[in-house]
Amino acid sequence: MSIIRRTAAEIADALATGETTSVEVTRAHLDRIAEVDGAVHAFLHVDAEGALEQAAASDARRAAGAPLHALDGVPIAVKDVLATEGLPTTCGSKILEGWIPPYDATVVRKLRAAGLPILGKTNMDEFAMGSSTEHSAYGPTHNPWDLDRIPGGSGGGSAAAVASFEAPLALGTDTGGSIRQPGAVTGTVGVKPTYGGVSRYGLVALANSLDQVGPVTRTVLDSALLHELVGGHDPLDSTSIDQPLPSLVDAARRGATGDLTGVRVGVITELSGDGWQPGVMTRFQESVELLVKAGAEVVEVSCPTFVHALATYYLILPAEASSNLAKFDAMRYGLRVWPEGRPDASAEEVMRATRDAGFGDEVKRRIILGTYALSSGYYDAYYGQAQKVRTLISRDFEAAFAKADVLVSPTAPTTAFKLGEKLDDPLSMYLNDLATIPANLAGVPGISVPSGLADEDGLPAGFQILAPALADDRLYRVGAALEAALTDQWGGPLLDRAPELNGDVR
Amino acid sequence: MTETLVSFEDVLASYEPAMGLEVHVELNTVSKMFCGCPTEFGAEPNTQVCPTCLGLPGAMPAVNRKAVESAIRIGLALNCQIAEWCRFARKNYFYPDMPKNFQTSQYDEPICFEGYMDVEVDGETFRVEIERAHMEEDTGKSLHVGGATGRIHGADHSLVDYNRAGIPLIEIVTKPILGTGDKAPLVAKAYVAQLRDLIVALGVSDARMDQGSIRADVNLSLSPKGTGTLGTRTETKNVNSLRSVERAVRYEMSRHAAVLDSGRTILQETRHWHEDTGVTTSGREKSDAEDYRYFPEPDLVPIAPTRAWVEELRATLPENPTQKRARLQAEWGFSDLEMRDTVGAGAMLIVEETIAAGASPQAARKWWLGEMARRANEAGVEVGELGVTPVDVARVQVLVDEGKLNDKLARQVFDGLLAGEGTPDEIVAARGLGIVSDDGALSAAVDNAIAANPDVADKIREGKVAAAGALIGAVMKEMRGQADAARVRELVLEKLQ
Repeated sequence: MSIIRRTAAEIADALATGETTSVEVTRAHLDRIAEVDGAVHAFLHVDAEGALEQAAASDARRAAGAPLHALDGVPIAVKDVLATEGLPTTCGSKILEGWIPPYDATVVRKLRAAGLPILGKTNMDEFAMGSSTEHSAYGPTHNPWDLDRIPGGSGGGSAAAVASFEAPLALGTDTGGSIRQPGAVTGTVGVKPTYGGVSRYGLVALANSLDQVGPVTRTVLDSALLHELVGGHDPLDSTSIDQPLPSLVDAARRGATGDLTGVRVGVITELSGDGWQPGVMTRFQESVELLVKAGAEVVEVSCPTFVHALATYYLILPAEASSNLAKFDAMRYGLRVWPEGRPDASAEEVMRATRDAGFGDEVKRRIILGTYALSSGYYDAYYGQAQKVRTLISRDFEAAFAKADVLVSPTAPTTAFKLGEKLDDPLSMYLNDLATIPANLAGVPGISVPSGLADEDGLPAGFQILAPALADDRLYRVGAALEAALTDQWGGPLLDRAPELNGDVR
Repeated sequence: MTETLVSFEDVLASYEPAMGLEVHVELNTVSKMFCGCPTEFGAEPNTQVCPTCLGLPGAMPAVNRKAVESAIRIGLALNCQIAEWCRFARKNYFYPDMPKNFQTSQYDEPICFEGYMDVEVDGETFRVEIERAHMEEDTGKSLHVGGATGRIHGADHSLVDYNRAGIPLIEIVTKPILGTGDKAPLVAKAYVAQLRDLIVALGVSDARMDQGSIRADVNLSLSPKGTGTLGTRTETKNVNSLRSVERAVRYEMSRHAAVLDSGRTILQETRHWHEDTGVTTSGREKSDAEDYRYFPEPDLVPIAPTRAWVEELRATLPENPTQKRARLQAEWGFSDLEMRDTVGAGAMLIVEETIAAGASPQAARKWWLGEMARRANEAGVEVGELGVTPVDVARVQVLVDEGKLNDKLARQVFDGLLAGEGTPDEIVAARGLGIVSDDGALSAAVDNAIAANPDVADKIREGKVAAAGALIGAVMKEMRGQADAARVRELVLEKLQ
């Protein structure tokens, strides 16, 4: 089997036994990127030289008997919303074109400290606003299962990179589903950790109270390995939690044995029904049955306030984003646009011209929404009210977790839709995140695991598992058990069924 | 535009002033409010910056515990309540020297609230109620280049120094100060002076108004006498000396009265204080419609100071200003009037330091309230800003006590100190100011004086000792003041009796 089709854990083993080298593995992935990324467009920036240098350094360490980490030498792709010293960081926006951060995000620093060569930066919706990666200012990413379809968003680049074997691992960020929903529609695994479980320092904030960095991989175990590497307290992020997590890798290995005896699984009533694609629902039901077969006990739970989650989210997110994005003013970095015919323009005019030219429509839409929601006289009715509903959603979770150890739902209501299909209909685009948003509002962790292909279109569907805050290990145990049962049923990984990609498709 | 003004007496005949003071105190923490950058004053521009205080994408704030401690100590010294739980908030507005285009501040949940400070003016005590003291970060500093005035209008470009961005500030806001009448300007000045002394005693700030480490904004409105309704206020910014606080209040009272007398209305606006000309000019219009879109800072967790910590900090407070004043007055043996003048001149701390450096209380008071006050007044600054230190003054007094200088020579030493010519001893040596008590030189000068004034000499020979003054004066003149006057007198009398 080609090295690029192996999981990160398998590559790590091959490196450990000396079967291959990091340089070989890294070069194989760079070759794959060169071959297929013209069609997929998962990457905004590929750092072949840097990655190979880091790979050579990793091989030297291993030769000297001093690898830094189990994943030392396993290459990784990083979503372009994370600051990388010396590598461009655009957040998918023209306004940051050419900006090279002078510092590393904490998670990137951890990757480097563990010796993972960084292949490049992955495509995303501009400032992580979107569910299709079509809002990238640098053009959309294509779904490796069907290049005419979206790879999900905002982290479509990371998910597509992993799904098309351009990278064994990737980092994503999840504000309302941006790791999990792309995972669902590309047949990959994505995890949103507990809020505060992974440092946000160096993550260019979309909505600070919702954002979380997490792993994007092809297997549950790989996610656990990466999650353990990047997680943990960071004094530079005061919202990060100063408390050790239970071992995630152990939980994944335990789950892979297929025994879920005594685990209570709650099916969320509100996250199914009208508007949910039948094929997605069928795969979901089958997965639930597999969990029962593994020994889990299934209960129905109701979270009545979840129906308000989308509205709540679309007040809190734009409010925080409108303030976060104010810093892009052409004064210190990034794009600077001089207003036409105004050689002696004031700073204010330059700011206005730059923001007008540098931000895309979706970003402007949310800045306007957020500015309005925070305005005096409207604050209580919108932002203040949204925070109250948020508290209610947390209470629904608490009540549900009293009845169940984990909660489950389909990750997204549909499989991947066609590029351009929902671009002119923001509301219908927003509905993609219906099932993933509640976890962000409450700060609880969630995972999306592939549940199979929908019968009507043959495209991947995702199974979402949610756990209480700090109980991220439960995601891995249940996720790995489901993955094992499904892989058994399919006779191999789901991605084996994806069509061959050809570099000159387009 | 020249404003029409009403005389201060006429203002008081028709109106009652209401004041509100907002004082920003720059803390002297080693690092900034939300990052580890140093805070030293006067470094090369943009050398004390990092991703956080530059507002680079992705960077996050982390609260400086020492700054929280200083905020709590200031609050306790101002008799405030300390919040059990409070948050930071974002104040959103665009400005080129604001790295994030929002200031991380506190809004409706300040760390300190509901306190007071008693200040004394002309023997009368006024209670200034404190509404809140909250933490925030400073902005960068814009330098407008190419214009005539250093202001943005007319400049051809601007430079921004972000060294100041993120320096911790405590903003102390009073409730409306009412009922001060003609004392309003003095109450305002006394409040800021006493607050400054308190900050110095707490050791939480350099407390240098001339370097901007204490900055006052003065809110003022007038209400027609007897109506009790508050008028429209103006907010005067950049009031950066004690003297200016007093003058700005006085100026705005006169200007408000003139506007109101003419039947026009006061525009609610920010005004700029001009130290040089002693006037305020209109800044931006500040209507209530200005909307900072405050919301809780989502990158910071709430601050919940434990009661044990608060009590620990309370135990570190210096004595309160009223107690301290009473103690010093007793120690120094000052009369009520002497003490009041000392406090009123904003010189209590400097006199205290001068005494600590070796001067007698009366001598310290004499120099600071006399010679130094006169020079400060001429220069339009506070005595503390003259550049003469308490150690200098104490040393000059020691030289006087040792007979090496007289008061007249001492004044020349102060000239030298103000001109930056070195220490008092260096100035005495360089300018040749030492008193001559060498009999050889004095004796020759006395002989010259007797020869030049034979009629005066005759009177003394006849026993009119009082006439000796004229000869002593002539000798002093010849010796350019540097003679030991007592020894000259002895020599004159020896030679003529």
